[in-house]
Amino acid sequence: MGPLADNFFNRQIFAQYGPSILGGFWITVEVALLTIVVGIATGLALAVVRAMRIRAADIAITIFVDIFRTLPQLVVVVFIYFGLPYADIQLSPFAATVVALGAVLAAFATEIFWSAIQAVPTGQWDAARSLGLGFFMILFRVILPQAIRIAVPLLTNRAIAITKGTALGTAVSLPELLGRAESAMAIAANPSPLTLAAALYLLFFLPLVIASRWLEGLGPRRH
Amino acid sequence: MEALQLFLDNFADWDSAVKVWPLLWQGLQLTALLSVVTLPIAVVVGLLIAVLYSFHKKPLNVALLIWIDLFRSFPVLVLLILIFYGLPFLGLKLPSFAACVLAIVLNNSGYYGEIFRAGIESLPPGQREAARALGLHPLQIIFLVILPQAIQRVLAPLASNSLELVKTTSIASLVALPELLRSARVAQEQTYNPTPLTVAAVLFFVLLWPFARWVAKLERDMLMRQR
Repeated sequence: MGPLADNFFNRQIFAQYGPSILGGFWITVEVALLTIVVGIATGLALAVVRAMRIRAADIAITIFVDIFRTLPQLVVVVFIYFGLPYADIQLSPFAATVVALGAVLAAFATEIFWSAIQAVPTGQWDAARSLGLGFFMILFRVILPQAIRIAVPLLTNRAIAITKGTALGTAVSLPELLGRAESAMAIAANPSPLTLAAALYLLFFLPLVIASRWLEGLGPRRH
Repeated sequence: MEALQLFLDNFADWDSAVKVWPLLWQGLQLTALLSVVTLPIAVVVGLLIAVLYSFHKKPLNVALLIWIDLFRSFPVLVLLILIFYGLPFLGLKLPSFAACVLAIVLNNSGYYGEIFRAGIESLPPGQREAARALGLHPLQIIFLVILPQAIQRVLAPLASNSLELVKTTSIASLVALPELLRSARVAQEQTYNPTPLTVAAVLFFVLLWPFARWVAKLERDMLMRQR
């Protein structure tokens, strides 16, 4: 075998470390899905609270959004895992990664949902109010269905970008896909496990990236 | 009150902050250098991809789309680990700084490529036809007529992606490059408290926050125009 095949596509090593790496893949998938659920649900909830225009809540939400939108994801992950124990909050690597990525996605999602709610023409509010609908009726039955449609392309891109941050879990020794591949590479003294991990990341993210391209095509065109 | 004092002693201890400041300052400079080197290269590569795409040669465009989607699909950290730990097995050992630049550029060439490409493709074909009718050279058409309008249309994602690129430089800490985050982690081992991490986070926040605000405004304006 040539050095390329021997080092990057070594079948014996694939067979030996495959199961462990596949186990890491499932952890990656779990973290990714939980991040999306936590991030988008929190973002939607915070956007709804913002729509109620309570001053104190507005300030708190703006601070939350600005902090987690601005800080690098890895800084958030590291801070939660290595910093918070000094405040007696000790999270597992899994929980720390989900909380960190979830908070970052929540910040972006809040901003996107809130912008989308504001992008719905005010005439929609006026018309619904003239029909005698209450605030929450209008928000949930009239405004949000339109706002969510506006938000979807931006939200999908953001969710994919942040979900790719699951690999950052290696920094806090989460045994996800990349972490498992790295330790297998160290033991085997051969980078084939990395190739396998890279292929699995592609398997997971490539369909999402292609789907997001298609979703954007459905959005409004500006000519 | 006591709890607050304990919290401040741990997370915002002034003496620790002063002690580790030189280390963090060096880290900050390396973060800045990494950003300043990486950002222009990534933009130029992305621009090149989009310009090549705009000539609409079938096999070339398929290859360019594959490039874009491939590098948008890999987490940038996976690219970095492949480059830094994998390539030496083929006899190609890059220093950590160069490995970081290469990983971030490859990843962002996909993002910038797609952004510029979408901007160019969103222009009505009449622009190109009119420029051609005036007898402009194809390169004049793309650089003088198409790109200025295309960039204006995709300013929001361009700015957003550039901010994300600067934030991404912190992954360099995972290949032992002593940028800001890595410096803070090293400093934490000297102070036995998380104050260096707090200082690093505050530095990142203070420096990037104005851009984050600007990006948010651009994105909001873009949504408003779409409605």
